[in-house]
Amino acid sequence: MDERSTIKLNLTQKEIKEAQIRLGREPNETELGMIDVMWSEHCSYKSSRKLLQKLPKEGKKVVVGPGYDSGVVDIGDGDIVAFKVESHNHPSAIEPYNGAATGIGGIIRDILCMNCRPVGLLDSLRFGNLQSSHSKWLFQNVVKGIADYGNCTGIPTIAGEVEFDESFETNCLVNVGCLGFGKLKDLKLGRMDNPGDIIILVGGSTGRDGIHGVTFASRVIGEESELDRPAVQIGDPFVKKLAIEATLEALRTGKVTAVKDLGGGGLTCALSEMSSKGNSGLEIDLNVIHVREGKMTPYEILLSESQERLLFTVIPEGQRKVLEIFERWGLSYSIIGKVTHTGNLVAKYNGRIIVNIPAKLLTNSPLAVRVAKKPKIKSKKSISRPAIPSNISKTIFHLLQTANIASKDIIYRQYDHEVGVRTVLKPGDSDAAVLRLIGKNKAVAIKADCNSVHCFLDPYNGHASAVAEAARNVVATGAEPIAITDCCNFGNPENPNVYWQFRQAINGMSYMLKGLKIPCVGGNVSFYNEDETTGNAVKPSTTIVMLGLIEDLKLITNIALKRTGQSIIMIGKTYSELGGSQYYRLIDFPKGKPPNAVVSRENASIRSIIEAIRNGYLTAAHDCSRGGISITLAEMAIKGNLGLKIDAKLIPRNIKVRIDDLLFSESNARFIVTTPKPLARKVLRLARKNGAPAAIIGEVSSDNYEITWGKKRIAWNSIDQMRETWERAIPEAMVGP
Amino acid sequence: MKTAVIQFPGSNCDLDIFHVLKDVLQIETDLVWHTNFKAEDYDGAILPGGFSYGDYLRAGIIAAHSPAIDQVEIMAQEGKPIIGICNGFQILIESELLPGALLSNQTRTFICKWVNIKVETNNTDFTRNISEGTILKIPIAHAEGRYTIDPKGLKDLRENDQIVLRYVDENGNLTKIGNPNGSMDSIAGICNNDRNVFGLMPHPERASEKILSPFSSSDGLKILNRFVHT
Repeated sequence: MDERSTIKLNLTQKEIKEAQIRLGREPNETELGMIDVMWSEHCSYKSSRKLLQKLPKEGKKVVVGPGYDSGVVDIGDGDIVAFKVESHNHPSAIEPYNGAATGIGGIIRDILCMNCRPVGLLDSLRFGNLQSSHSKWLFQNVVKGIADYGNCTGIPTIAGEVEFDESFETNCLVNVGCLGFGKLKDLKLGRMDNPGDIIILVGGSTGRDGIHGVTFASRVIGEESELDRPAVQIGDPFVKKLAIEATLEALRTGKVTAVKDLGGGGLTCALSEMSSKGNSGLEIDLNVIHVREGKMTPYEILLSESQERLLFTVIPEGQRKVLEIFERWGLSYSIIGKVTHTGNLVAKYNGRIIVNIPAKLLTNSPLAVRVAKKPKIKSKKSISRPAIPSNISKTIFHLLQTANIASKDIIYRQYDHEVGVRTVLKPGDSDAAVLRLIGKNKAVAIKADCNSVHCFLDPYNGHASAVAEAARNVVATGAEPIAITDCCNFGNPENPNVYWQFRQAINGMSYMLKGLKIPCVGGNVSFYNEDETTGNAVKPSTTIVMLGLIEDLKLITNIALKRTGQSIIMIGKTYSELGGSQYYRLIDFPKGKPPNAVVSRENASIRSIIEAIRNGYLTAAHDCSRGGISITLAEMAIKGNLGLKIDAKLIPRNIKVRIDDLLFSESNARFIVTTPKPLARKVLRLARKNGAPAAIIGEVSSDNYEITWGKKRIAWNSIDQMRETWERAIPEAMVGP
Repeated sequence: MKTAVIQFPGSNCDLDIFHVLKDVLQIETDLVWHTNFKAEDYDGAILPGGFSYGDYLRAGIIAAHSPAIDQVEIMAQEGKPIIGICNGFQILIESELLPGALLSNQTRTFICKWVNIKVETNNTDFTRNISEGTILKIPIAHAEGRYTIDPKGLKDLRENDQIVLRYVDENGNLTKIGNPNGSMDSIAGICNNDRNVFGLMPHPERASEKILSPFSSSDGLKILNRFVHT
């Protein structure tokens, strides 16, 4: 038996009983620890699995759907893109620098396993308000962790988003994504299906760090969590860089049958998933594993989450050749065992079998039955709308200063977003990043999106909106949206109100994805994001990572105004939907209706933009969302270093909207575009054909930002002042304790 | 002309510069693992950017002590052209093929940004065809790029016309705002006394194709063109 029996198990009595029945005997302590990890929420998706089935996953371009290390889509000519996003919330909330860094490390391996070269990283971050010194500390160190790790690996960090809201004060959200390019013919799936293959553990040594990291991630964050700091792993981006090159080179030999990343759940998770997927078994010897510390127990070796490790299966005759590659790259390795056909995961230690358990017992956890219940709305009494601001110019300035709208330059300047010579559209210049495929007339656009306040106020529409906004963002660059991968971040699923949010979220996403015919090819669920001391859960937030395809490098669009005199066109209708808007948050008004998400409207606007860009009509395109039309226009002017003159009276709108709705409402399905004057009619015609409301609302001018209502001026600002305000807001907020 | 791109463990701009030399400039180029590099096999060499040996100890210092650098020294003595870009520049400094030091940026952060670079001399192998005073748009991406040297060294650099590139602002002036990392005398690139060894922090390989440039320029080629000539 195991020497250490003090580890706290998360398994319920019912689950322990179930394990005994399935195994036909009492599991020993090592086996029990393995079951505990594999049946944790993090590894098993026991609360979410059933609902996730609702998301559409079929599509002509889908090569690999959910259930593998990453989703894979076909982008033609034999080229594939693998992409995935994952949470590293709990480690980052406790130890932001290493938590975020190892998040990046893990997601890179997920792409690498599919035999794709990682070519881009994304980060979707959520923190408390920047007035809080704790939030500043988390923010600064998370960004530095991503920068230091990502930059060293030579993979550019190209896109992302950041949101500040008090619900993330203790439990910040750190979602990291990666995409990779590869060839369809070289695709690998991480499964052991060839008995006799040699199993090799490569890379970092196995230490005591991160043991039970996943069970830690399947609990809420409380005061005791500080004691969990040893459960946060330490990364080494230099070893990662070597591992990337060595893995890709080893895969080129044709001798490698599968590669799998060691992430949450360590060896236990990687071994059981590989053999379970391949309907095989395996036998390993724990004594031969290269360890960092002396006297590690089998339990610790099997559950360690030490970083920078990969598991390879290699055909016996290829062993020499593959090992030579690892040696040349200076990577440590151990030949730990071989693939069998027993279906069992067998581990030996000191010559004795100490684990003998069916792989599928580990990977097929019992489902957890969760109850969903709509939260009671505390007060139904309606408050009358706030008055229209007397000085709209000033309100726009204040919006530009809010951390959620202000320039994120301070973040992406720290990321090497150019390495790899693929980055066509850089962070801040467009709604999505665009990466070219070297030597091809083809590129992909990618973006991460979510608005947690909208998701909180109306989980169904909020999550449908997140899908729609992500789609609009890649469309604005000229791309056709082709697939998503997602990362759900919620509170404790055992709380019926939280589970209701989750169910609504999946339903909302599913509605929009089906309507836009976009499949979901992978995802990740992070529950238990709440602060134990206050009992508050984070606002429900699902990061949507949208991938788009551009089939002509000449037709790529960014958000900057280009030339004085060009027409500014609004596509899509504005509704009175200020609930949860940045404007209402600014004036602290708690009510209002958040934006509706309607498939037909999205399709009409998206088709109009794609066709207009493909016809070469547009000189700039920007999705209209956070802050509303006023901010969308400001960003286009600031980026283009040009002014504009808009008549708000011309904006397509619902009858009942007021001027504050027009300028600040965050309605869906809207874009603002520019076009040379002679082409304006053609753009309107295209919009009409696709059923999208559209109108010319003004034109590009040389210097100032001016909005009128007919002849009456309602807002006027200097672009230089707007830029300064927008650029300085976050750096200034970071000064001081 | 046959050029080598020398790869150290942790180099990460090796494939980028290789792509530009081979596919864009169509120069005969090899990617050479540092242990296999021999001076006699090549007419020119490039030390690419990245994090050689993880930047452990100090950026560039471990690579500077590798046998490959002994070979680079031989090439330098033979008058063959050598460029060190970013981490490559750090390696040339640490191996004393170029004078001075590269310290942490004044901001104390990594900076990735397109900047304006002024060509200060065309009396080098690499800038021969660029008029002095030309402003190039090229991005930087580094955490340790603040060039520093003792007063005597700076005087020598100036007197010997070894300052090849300087950071300038939009208008071509030497200003604080135009100097992203706080380099002494706004130095972005220098050459040795023999003018055949050139180190620079900006990445010309990232500015060699119009599609990648926010300015639709390909200014990096003006420098890398050197390797086309024999």
